[in-house]
Amino acid sequence: MNNLLNFIWRHHFTFLFLLLEVVSFFILVQSNKFQNANFLSSTNEISGSIYAGLNNLTEYIELKKTNEDLARENARLNTYSKNSFIKISGDFLLLSDTVYKQQYKYLNAKVINSSTTKRNNFLVIDRGRVQGIEPGMGVICSNGVVGIINKVSENFSSVISLLHKETKISAKLKKNDYFGIASWEGGNYEYATLSDIPRHVELIKGDTIVTRSGSGIFPEGILLGWVDEFEVPPGENYFNIRFRLSTEFNRLTYVYVVKNILKNEQEILENDFKE
Amino acid sequence: MFSQVANSILRFVFLILLQALVLNNIGLGGYINPYLYILFILWLPFEMQPWITLLLGFMLGFFMDVFTGTPGLHISACVFLSYSRAFILKLLSPREGYEFGLRPNIQEMGLAWFVTYSGIMIFIHHFVFFYFEAFSFNEFFHTLLRIIVSSIFTFILVTLSQFLTYKEKSR
Repeated sequence: MNNLLNFIWRHHFTFLFLLLEVVSFFILVQSNKFQNANFLSSTNEISGSIYAGLNNLTEYIELKKTNEDLARENARLNTYSKNSFIKISGDFLLLSDTVYKQQYKYLNAKVINSSTTKRNNFLVIDRGRVQGIEPGMGVICSNGVVGIINKVSENFSSVISLLHKETKISAKLKKNDYFGIASWEGGNYEYATLSDIPRHVELIKGDTIVTRSGSGIFPEGILLGWVDEFEVPPGENYFNIRFRLSTEFNRLTYVYVVKNILKNEQEILENDFKE
Repeated sequence: MFSQVANSILRFVFLILLQALVLNNIGLGGYINPYLYILFILWLPFEMQPWITLLLGFMLGFFMDVFTGTPGLHISACVFLSYSRAFILKLLSPREGYEFGLRPNIQEMGLAWFVTYSGIMIFIHHFVFFYFEAFSFNEFFHTLLRIIVSSIFTFILVTLSQFLTYKEKSR
């Protein structure tokens, strides 16, 4: 026993190193498994409020561009408003008018911290459980898709960016509805990859890629980007498409969190189907 | 002694905030991300007990992780760096050992020594950090490219910061 203690004491440096390294490796592996679940919830509030303070200072720099974006979006929304349409049918046709049921709700939020240079990127937004945010909700901005809510604390949430190894978004080509999966393979944050589009589909550079609403996280038709390069790897039946992302991840300021009111219903149905 | 500790704490806080609030927002071409905060470990005095270095590395990594939301990542890289430091110092030590009270910087150890020392240290940290971040060897060469480019950038910043503190030291 004494010998053992002596041995440990003589090599205390190495043992301490091994202990600390194992601890950190354990935290690292746990977080990869549960996607930061425990770690972020306790620390988010502290670092979140520091980032929020800094953001108060720096948002002025982005103000001009943000205003432009918002004005452009207002213009787009105005085109969809009821006032922009004239009735072309007789009044009695209204009887067969469709009754719409709202499926998606939007909540605006501000990005207080984000990264684009890592292999797995996250954002932090200034809305949390108190404002009704739940993990799994989609996040978009006026230019396109941003990511998916990961972890929620009282007043802040972390978002898994589209620029993350685990993010897979169901996407389709706007012109012919062929669908595939959009993901990010690292490197440049302006480009991502679309896979699973069969080789017989006719593609040209600049084709628009939008979301497909397959999993109910994003509404259908949210812009993802435009086709840039494509090729069929030898011996394969699917395109490998590189596309330009419409979202400018390096200057995200204002985003919207998407709440799917009918998601529960869809999930119950899909679970029934599996069983 | 007391002022030295206070100085170290100030440097600790300053480097973490600088890294989290300023340097993490630098991303040239999606590849370069300098990690200047390890300067804290680089600058620790020679006679610092190795096990204290380890604990300091752990704390430094922990606070960086809190800010970047990457649990365990900075900790493992910093602890590994602190561990390697003891051996690198031994490897690079002058024949008669380190003089008491010297600090590992350009002014006191000379340019050649400092370049070797910080070069090796930065590369070790970045190597562990980027491979743990990717968590697979699937993108081996891509990650290696990121390591090399980021190391060079960090190295430039470390050297520049040496010259920024030059006047203060040589009074």
